Amino acid sequence: MPSFDAIIIGAGPNGLAAAHRLASKGQKVLVVEAAGTPGGGAGLSHLSYNLDPRAEKAMGLAAHGLEWLTTNLATTALCADGNHLRLEGPVGLRLSGDIAERDRRGWETLRARLLRFAAVLSPLNQFAPPRIAKGVGNPMGKLAMVALRARMLGAKDIRELGRIILTNVHDLLDDELSDPRLKGALAFDATLGGWLGPRSPNSVLPWLVRLSGQTAGKQGALGLPRGGMAALGAAMARSSEAQGVTLRCNARVARIVVDGERAIGVTLASGEEIRAARIVSCTAPKTTLLDLVGPRHLDAGLTTRARHQKSRGGAAKLDLTLKALPDFRGANLRDRLILSGSEHDVERAFNPVKYGRVPDRPGLEIVIPTSRDPRSDSKHHLSAIAQFAPHAPADREAARAQMLAACLMQLETHSPGIGALVESAELLMPYDIEDRYGLPGGQWHAGELSVEQMLFLRPLPGIAQYQGPIPGLWLASAGCHPGGGVSGSAGWNAALAMEAAE
Amino acid sequence: MTYDALIIGAGHNGLVTACYLARAGLKVLVVEKNDWIGGAAVSRELYPGFTYSNCSYVSSLFRPEIMRDLELPKHGLQILPYEGGALFTESGGYLGMFRDHEANRREFARHSKRDAEAYDRYSRDILRNCRLIRPMLMRRPPDLASFAPRDLMELAWLGKQITGQSEAQIYDMMRFWTMSISDFLDEYFENPAMKAYQAVGSIIGTALGPMSPGTAYVLLHHAMGDVDGNVGSWGYSRGGMGGITKALTASLQAVGGEVRTGSGVAQVLVKNGRAVGVVLENGDELRAKRVISNMDVRRTFLKHVEEKELPEDFLKRVRTFKTRGSSGKLNIALDGVPKFTALPEGAPNIRGDLHFTDTIEKMEAAYDDWKDGHYSQSPFQDVMIPTLIDPTMTPPGKHFMSCFVQYSPPKIEGRDWTDADRDGFRDACLNQIEQYAPGFKSLILHAEVRTPRELEAEVGLTEGNIFQGELTFDQMFFNRPVPGYANYRSPIKDLWICGSSTHPGGGVMGAPGRNAAAEVLRDMKLPAKDMSDAYAII
Amino acid sequence: MIAQQSTLRHYETPLLKTHFHPRTEALNKLWSWGNWGGYTTVVSFDDVAMEHSAIRNSASVYDLCPMIKYRIEGPDAADYLNRLTIRDASKLSVGGVHYTAWVNDAGHLLDDGTLFRLASDRYRICCQERHLPWLLDSAHGFDVAITEETEDIAALSLQGPTSAEILRRAGFDIDGLKPFRMAEFPLGKGHLMISRTGFTGDLGYELWTSPDQALALWDLLFDAGRLHGLRPIGSDALNIARLEAGFIITGYDFTPADICVREDRLRSPLEMGLGWLIDWKKGHFTGKAALKRQHERGSDWSFVGIEIDGNVPADGAILYHDQKHEAGVITGACWSPVLKKNIALAQVRTKYAKAENLWAEIYALRELHYAKMMMRARLVERPFFAPDRRRATPPGRF
Repeated sequence: MPSFDAIIIGAGPNGLAAAHRLASKGQKVLVVEAAGTPGGGAGLSHLSYNLDPRAEKAMGLAAHGLEWLTTNLATTALCADGNHLRLEGPVGLRLSGDIAERDRRGWETLRARLLRFAAVLSPLNQFAPPRIAKGVGNPMGKLAMVALRARMLGAKDIRELGRIILTNVHDLLDDELSDPRLKGALAFDATLGGWLGPRSPNSVLPWLVRLSGQTAGKQGALGLPRGGMAALGAAMARSSEAQGVTLRCNARVARIVVDGERAIGVTLASGEEIRAARIVSCTAPKTTLLDLVGPRHLDAGLTTRARHQKSRGGAAKLDLTLKALPDFRGANLRDRLILSGSEHDVERAFNPVKYGRVPDRPGLEIVIPTSRDPRSDSKHHLSAIAQFAPHAPADREAARAQMLAACLMQLETHSPGIGALVESAELLMPYDIEDRYGLPGGQWHAGELSVEQMLFLRPLPGIAQYQGPIPGLWLASAGCHPGGGVSGSAGWNAALAMEAAE
Repeated sequence: MTYDALIIGAGHNGLVTACYLARAGLKVLVVEKNDWIGGAAVSRELYPGFTYSNCSYVSSLFRPEIMRDLELPKHGLQILPYEGGALFTESGGYLGMFRDHEANRREFARHSKRDAEAYDRYSRDILRNCRLIRPMLMRRPPDLASFAPRDLMELAWLGKQITGQSEAQIYDMMRFWTMSISDFLDEYFENPAMKAYQAVGSIIGTALGPMSPGTAYVLLHHAMGDVDGNVGSWGYSRGGMGGITKALTASLQAVGGEVRTGSGVAQVLVKNGRAVGVVLENGDELRAKRVISNMDVRRTFLKHVEEKELPEDFLKRVRTFKTRGSSGKLNIALDGVPKFTALPEGAPNIRGDLHFTDTIEKMEAAYDDWKDGHYSQSPFQDVMIPTLIDPTMTPPGKHFMSCFVQYSPPKIEGRDWTDADRDGFRDACLNQIEQYAPGFKSLILHAEVRTPRELEAEVGLTEGNIFQGELTFDQMFFNRPVPGYANYRSPIKDLWICGSSTHPGGGVMGAPGRNAAAEVLRDMKLPAKDMSDAYAII
Repeated sequence: MIAQQSTLRHYETPLLKTHFHPRTEALNKLWSWGNWGGYTTVVSFDDVAMEHSAIRNSASVYDLCPMIKYRIEGPDAADYLNRLTIRDASKLSVGGVHYTAWVNDAGHLLDDGTLFRLASDRYRICCQERHLPWLLDSAHGFDVAITEETEDIAALSLQGPTSAEILRRAGFDIDGLKPFRMAEFPLGKGHLMISRTGFTGDLGYELWTSPDQALALWDLLFDAGRLHGLRPIGSDALNIARLEAGFIITGYDFTPADICVREDRLRSPLEMGLGWLIDWKKGHFTGKAALKRQHERGSDWSFVGIEIDGNVPADGAILYHDQKHEAGVITGACWSPVLKKNIALAQVRTKYAKAENLWAEIYALRELHYAKMMMRARLVERPFFAPDRRRATPPGRF
């Protein structure tokens, strides 16, 4: 007899969201987590942009300690000469700084259009992707609503959506805007977490997915929790436990136990075997299929597809401890700072990564949480995402050192003297992220969120509706629809799919 | 006198439109700015005794339905299949391509046994997509925002084409259409040279690198044609690519159509929102009931139509229609056959396409140069010596070599090309060939170098884009050239477009011209009795 | 043969020659050659009827070199093959051979073939098509090495009532060798492996040796077979024999899934009459879930043997039900000299797989014109021909 109704592998946002939902329906749920603390990839990110409102509400995260320092973080696009551009409100609702009227208007129109398109697509984030087949239980009502809302955009918008949906960020911006700071910051933002440059076709759709997120009910807004994103993960964990979920940390799953044709449990690295009627893997699909289940229990074609599933991480994580607050030529340090140069610079930062090399001038997304929430030792924490970084360079150590030097050089250019303030620096390259967080290739979405790996193609065609390839196994990680970020959407959707399957 | 239809530009699409309309009984005139016909499908004697295919250089896409409808073989058209090809590797070897399946397998097996066998499944998957796309080439795309019965019917037809496949195949198709060729090839092959060879068709004429998503489609665009039913194979037009437009002209004249060369159009005449004719550069006015432009969409509407005649939305989309050129061309008269050291004496591969870029990464790096506004320092070339098969183009023992080059930007770091840039570009190409065929340069009798600058100035292709507009999804099918106008019409009544800027796009295909003619006839309520539907791949 | 594979000038001889080419070339009176998997092979040496007669009356030798052979070895070889093929490879004892097949995830047939267990951790697969990418991809996660050894093995098929006697005379004691078993014997400086297998449904053996022993083996057999009616046969005669035995050939009776362009041509083992091979209890194998679904739901197609009125072979004929509705297609057909019947193998839609009112539309080319016939087709059990001598152990003298 299984001792649990469900075992969830991984206490990241998706695992915890799924656990909470299942437990709230009376299921006996165990979450096993390899790390010493829950939160998973939440500890890797530094901003919230797509927390699933369903999970946030049902889990009562505020009651479990989630406190927002801000739910509407502004962005400053840094310029080396101090001529910064400030984007306030969700997705740069207001631009301030020295900017031409034409660009101000151009952005207003483009921004509104992108948010409209993203809003039309956003309901798709809240259920399992449909299958392109008849009589397979697609949610026809929900799909019809999406289609109807798309139609209601009007002829002009529909045609425009049809035109831009697979286009590239560079052209989209270039058609409307001329300011290189604005184009650069937007191009950088649009390609965050991906493995493509702004010139790559298909780069707009992932951006729309990103823009479909929300914080505190505001589409496109960025949120910063007190204590960082790890605190958000911790709140989710507390909420799940309060709901009756059993959470076991330091419990790495070595294997998913398959008996005949059914997943029946997990074996921990310690050798302990735990059984349950359902195994829900919230670790990357690639890892789940190839390592935890293993090719022997899977068809050869699926195994090959899993091996070829693209999971190249292009982002590195930089954490600096600073003796004092730096000065980015007067930029508001409470903002999110984007140091990207022009849209061409963003593309140039991607170029070498294609060949496994480190860019000379990576772009940085910088947050200084201590500017809002001071530390007791009065030191400061600068957290940055650096793009792009190679996921499989020939020499890992050399690449890490080179990337760190390049990042510090970039910082020094925009904040002269910052180098002297650095007390300690930690840089996680994509392969370090893979080692620490189990994300293949260090890919933030546990599998690239590229068009050919989206919706019913995510993580792989045939297993895109959360139901794994063998009975009893469910997939619910960021590698599934609708992708990553600290959202919990995939986990929540998967839990709904499990309920529907009963 | 008033013509029923006046066509601007004697390129292959303009002539195809003209032929179909003339056959339907219309009084048709084609006006051409150059003193010769052909547009980018042209044969020219630029060195005494040597005929050059100095723009397009090979044929596969040109629709056999059109050849038959317009009786082109009777008017002299002959397409000759060519014999394989070779990709030379930096290490001094080569990877050959053969027409014979077994020779091909054994050749690939020299590089990778696994790849040699994987090639069959790869070919199967490409062919599956060809079968799907073929019928779409000769139909008018639907307007996504329209409720008109015809648009709804076209959408339904499209849906049926797609859902006629198995669920798994639909997913594979969607992946294929959105992937980069590099990622796609990684799913089949392991050998770098093999991947580089298969990627050739994915970047030709395209401002994208093999790692750009969407390039798998571009490959399909180059694989969906055929020579005599042999899907994906390519051939030469006997006498050069001008043979195609020459045959079209003869076919047109045989049914009473007229072609006037040396007659550049200054302006399309618009009265009360209708096109009524054109004014030539020499001031002559020609009247017609409808004007059909074979020029690209930007040239047509931004240079030859007054701005006030066009709605702002349309103009904006035309202005932002992407026509960035990415290709250059060297046309060379040779005193003999160059000796490629890697090829065994007498190998047939030299009678096909030759390449010197042996990894996807090198192709991509060549593209990185283009993005930064430079021509590629180490370019990708598609080199042919058609005269090894076609005896009509040069004196015996002498040869014509066509070198198609990626990448070559429309502007150098934002400024115009200079002659010095052009020389540098030429040298980069010639030196690359010399490296694989020592002594090649000493065989050169004459070389014509064409960068996007020359292509625009002579042929009229805006920014030198050989497809009259880039072939990315935002400019394909119902988006080509402008969403809402993928029907060969324009906001001005009786002003039509029939060039490669329209669906299904570039290459010497003739389908845009044929489709435009079909729409004109439909509009006139005339039967298209001499027009075949697309041949399916049964 | 190794040399001709690697040469740069392979394109001058697109078709390879087999290890027995010097002999087959000398005997090929009709100079009738065909392409089998990239090899030059004999279609008919001199007279198809005589060649077929040798298979059923005395003995025949058929050059098997072009069969594709893969060596599968390593600690996980049995597990690997169990995941790859639809039959249980671990049940096959060392020295045993079984007929098997493998499918893709969707349950569509990739190929069939014979599996030889050479040692506990070493097998050989012998099949019609090339599958290296699929075999290698399937090996991910298994401790196993896959090597194509087509070129490294010279193989002959010795089939017919006197085949055992010929082997005895050649000095090989095969009296105890049961069907689907193999035994090894010394041959020259090397070895000969003899398996009691074949593609004729008759008493017969397949002989496997190294290329350097090939011609010696040929000569040895023909020496021994001089008084026993041994003659070389080409693919035409073999085709008649295999039809009589009811065997299918990949690429003839179904299109392998990995190169099949048209989705409606894909076939599963259930649809090709190979359902009996599937071991549902052995654990997971590729395509199992898909086949199970098809098994429960029923399949659209069935594979059948039929007898057709008249004496005109019905190759490629379309089958009709009630002379009106298309019911299927004939994939292989011949006049059987041994049965004196017009037989055929066919893919038919399952709803007609038991129908009585079936007709074959046959076009017979006679002096430049086709004679069109609608002939009655009757479903019959396969094999059409299965003599007891094929199983007798020890085998008889004729």
